[in-house]
Amino acid sequence: MFSFICKGIIRDRRRSLLPVVVVTIGVMVVVFLDGLMGGMMDNMVRMTANFQTGHLKVMTRAYAADEAQKPNDLALLGSGELMEQLHRDYPEVDWTPRIFFGGLLDIPDENGETKAQGPVTGQAADLLSKGSKESARLGLEKAITAGHIITQPGEILVSIDFAESFGVKPGDRVTFFGSTMDGAMSFANYRVAGIVRFGNSMLDRGGVILDITDARLLLDMEDATGEIFGFLPGEKYLKEQVESIKTSFNHQQAGNPDVYAPVMTQLMDQDMMRQTLGYTDSMSFFMLLLLMVALSIVLWNAGVLGGIRRYNEFGVRLAMGEEKRQLYRSLLTESLVIGIIGSAVGTALGLLICLLLSRHGLDYSAVMKNIAMMIDPVIHTRITPRMYYIGVIPGILSMLVGTALAGRKIYKRNTALLFKELD
Amino acid sequence: MMKQKITISIAGLLLEVLSLSLAAQDGNQMLRKIDRNMSADSRIIESTMIVHGKRNDRTITSKSYTMGTGKAFTEYLSPARERGTKMLKLEKEMWVYSPATDRTIMISGHMLRQSVMGSDLSYEDMMDDRRYEDIYDARVTGSEQVDGRACHLLSLTAKVDDAAYPSQKMWVDSERLIPLRAELYAKSGQMLKQITVGDVKQVEGRWFPMKMTYKDVLKEGKGTEWIIHTITFNQSIPANVFSKASLRK
Repeated sequence: MFSFICKGIIRDRRRSLLPVVVVTIGVMVVVFLDGLMGGMMDNMVRMTANFQTGHLKVMTRAYAADEAQKPNDLALLGSGELMEQLHRDYPEVDWTPRIFFGGLLDIPDENGETKAQGPVTGQAADLLSKGSKESARLGLEKAITAGHIITQPGEILVSIDFAESFGVKPGDRVTFFGSTMDGAMSFANYRVAGIVRFGNSMLDRGGVILDITDARLLLDMEDATGEIFGFLPGEKYLKEQVESIKTSFNHQQAGNPDVYAPVMTQLMDQDMMRQTLGYTDSMSFFMLLLLMVALSIVLWNAGVLGGIRRYNEFGVRLAMGEEKRQLYRSLLTESLVIGIIGSAVGTALGLLICLLLSRHGLDYSAVMKNIAMMIDPVIHTRITPRMYYIGVIPGILSMLVGTALAGRKIYKRNTALLFKELD
Repeated sequence: MMKQKITISIAGLLLEVLSLSLAAQDGNQMLRKIDRNMSADSRIIESTMIVHGKRNDRTITSKSYTMGTGKAFTEYLSPARERGTKMLKLEKEMWVYSPATDRTIMISGHMLRQSVMGSDLSYEDMMDDRRYEDIYDARVTGSEQVDGRACHLLSLTAKVDDAAYPSQKMWVDSERLIPLRAELYAKSGQMLKQITVGDVKQVEGRWFPMKMTYKDVLKEGKGTEWIIHTITFNQSIPANVFSKASLRK
């Protein structure tokens, strides 16, 4: 029976070609979308971790309670000792200080007076220490559009929109004016090392980057830091591992009543990441479901068309004594085989496209211009084991559902009239 | 009977209007008297500002020169980090000079609403030296005791568009005619700042508060004390003090 069905599929291509093509395209789209969504998620997690949260983050309790304001007056004091402790207790994690700050960037004229000025938000990272991975994490090499990355103290990176608005070029002297962590006035002159484009409207509008040592001098934060970021080996976020480190660290601090005691959070606790990722997962599932329903409708129609074309064949088979149920079952088996073939080809094609895009990336910066999300405008699709089967289930199911709906006609054939029809 | 009722009602209404108008007149007169105590053609002040932060207190000393309502110059004397920092206000413009960078920076736009030196005072607070009667209309709304002293309670409403605080409630010492307490409000009615006054002394024939405590109610912390050590009124100040060149001297 099975070989009879297979021979039928291969020999009568008009019977199988359309359903195979439909299932192939559908499965390919499912596999590709899964890879693309996975890539987008990886991208968002990586960018958020690198710029905003780390895989793990240590702050004071008071700072954490008002974290959105980045209140440096509530920063961690004695951060050097705390960093040592973190390195000692969790040596697998790369711990690194970050300071976020805001103020005015003032561009002087030839007399040293204000020519132009604008508000900026700054981020300071350890860019000059030997072996630091911070420059790579912030993607500074790739983000530079003019000049170079920070190579020595006293240099600053200015975002592209700010630089264009205020006519700032590499090599210019600019003055930062803001407040120290205690609220005193802080001023510092910097040389613009380079102009950067992060591909994120929020950062590109008024972002500056400083080395952490310069920021500490500027903000009077010697041996202090706003936040300490932790990154797992290979820069790979592993939920269980970060959760366990977080629990262990916070357990140590549980008895400390000080509002300035350190507290650890992990990526998913911050910036609505858990909700965002949960929402994206639901959206992926919903998209798959929609695709499966659409495929089923198309295959139902294909089945109806095939049924009309094979009207006589079914009539002869029924006239020869084949039972309706048997005929219906053979049709379902046939669609199962077609579904498997289409799913296999679709999965292979989807994987191939994903493989290509995982290497070369998909640049969609043109549609990201006004989006203030931490997403790299070049997405590299994610290849995961589930991509080998994620398309197979909807591919086969939609084929079976489509055939099952179309095949109901068999039960409506009146056997008494069969010979009359055949005449 | 009906006619009598109407007459009584009209008389009551007229009395109400009259009393409101008298309250406004009294209020505005009181503002003029307060201005006579608080304002001068020129002032030279040496003072200390103690900023009570969340974690620590900071003490900043300064010397400031004021000419009329449009010109002011302040030099910060301590701590070391602030020493030599100077601020100049000429009418509606303000500059700050930092010796560390040798730069003169203009303060404008939203920066004017930022805190000065982490205190509870904004640049706008420091800049606005206008007389009360030039900015507000006042009404006497009652009387209360503040620190054991009889006070008139004044309700101030801005009559100019550029007032930093569209309305204020002020408790004015009825004998010495200086504000002992004030609440500063936003247009929405939200209270923004509280000012309390202490150590009122007679200086050159006028009553003047030598200690003021500002509290930005939207900010955590215990407020900022401003303590005046010396103050002289109507002394001649060289015109070049109020020039941008003096910032770099």
